[in-house]
Amino acid sequence: MPLPPFQAVLDEHRDTVARFLVAWVGPQEAEDALQETLISALRAYPRLRAGSNVRAWMLTIARNKAMDSHRARARRPVLVGEPLESGSADAMPGEQDEELWHAVRELPPKQRAAVTLRFVGDLSHGEIATVLDCSEAAARRSLHEGLAKLRGEFA
Amino acid sequence: MSDPLEARLAAAARALEAPDVDFPARARDAGLADVAYTVEPSPLGELLLAITPRGLLKVSYADIYPSDAALEDISRRVSPRVLEDASALDDVRRELDEYFAGRRRDFDLPLDRTLMRGFGRRVLDRTERIPYGHVATYGEVARDIGSPRASRATGNALGANPIPIVVPCHRVIRSGGVIGNYGGGPERKIQLLELERG
Repeated sequence: MPLPPFQAVLDEHRDTVARFLVAWVGPQEAEDALQETLISALRAYPRLRAGSNVRAWMLTIARNKAMDSHRARARRPVLVGEPLESGSADAMPGEQDEELWHAVRELPPKQRAAVTLRFVGDLSHGEIATVLDCSEAAARRSLHEGLAKLRGEFA
Repeated sequence: MSDPLEARLAAAARALEAPDVDFPARARDAGLADVAYTVEPSPLGELLLAITPRGLLKVSYADIYPSDAALEDISRRVSPRVLEDASALDDVRRELDEYFAGRRRDFDLPLDRTLMRGFGRRVLDRTERIPYGHVATYGEVARDIGSPRASRATGNALGANPIPIVVPCHRVIRSGGVIGNYGGGPERKIQLLELERG
């Protein structure tokens, strides 16, 4: 079966990829990370094997871009007087729960990836393992540890 | 999901707002917009328009040839890097608007003839030279390309024209003034010929 037009892939997965990036790097950095993710995906798309799991493929690219974005941010000096991340402490569940995402961003990379891939990407444990290039058991463990840590903070 | 933290994560994930970015523009800058398309209303109904960096690739009547099928065909035959991007087709849309308003007789658009092959390509090259407001017969076109007995094949090639309107296959009719068939249906052929009669 030939590859569908890339626009069909965008229509189906772009929103998930975009929200995954917002969760991971925050709304400001997400725009660049999204553009770069989509460009990388478009560039590689003709070589994608037909029948591949396209969502897992795109989220793998997104995760790599998110890691890059994170590293770039860590290297950037903090300007004096720059306001801190505006995580409003009283966000209600269902709204922009910046407090929660802030805590997710503090998790070690594997756990952060497992949590965001599960809850934003809606991936199965097997798909998370594909994205993280680890065993399904390791993916489960990362998710479990990440959730335990968050529970500790928000209990 | 009874776990409160998991419920909170699920709700927060649903509430995340995707940023709005102009991806087609970025793809164009990166030289990756192999095919851009849009679906555009016209006096002849909705048209699918597709363009490559080489020129106009495809015009099709969306009610006759569903856009999804047309785009899948383009994905297979030209490139799967297909993006919806109306602004890439600004010139095409403007020239079509002018044509439909009777203010344009010739299109000034580069064409990408990738979807034309062999005999069909020769038929369509000849057809491009029929001036606005004029007609030729299938037999004349067949004769002019050196295949005088191929008027039926000529008709088939015109029916498969990937760029109708701009490559004016509507200007080829049967002998004796009979309008003949058209890829978009004979009514549209009549409409186009009447438009050009002014």
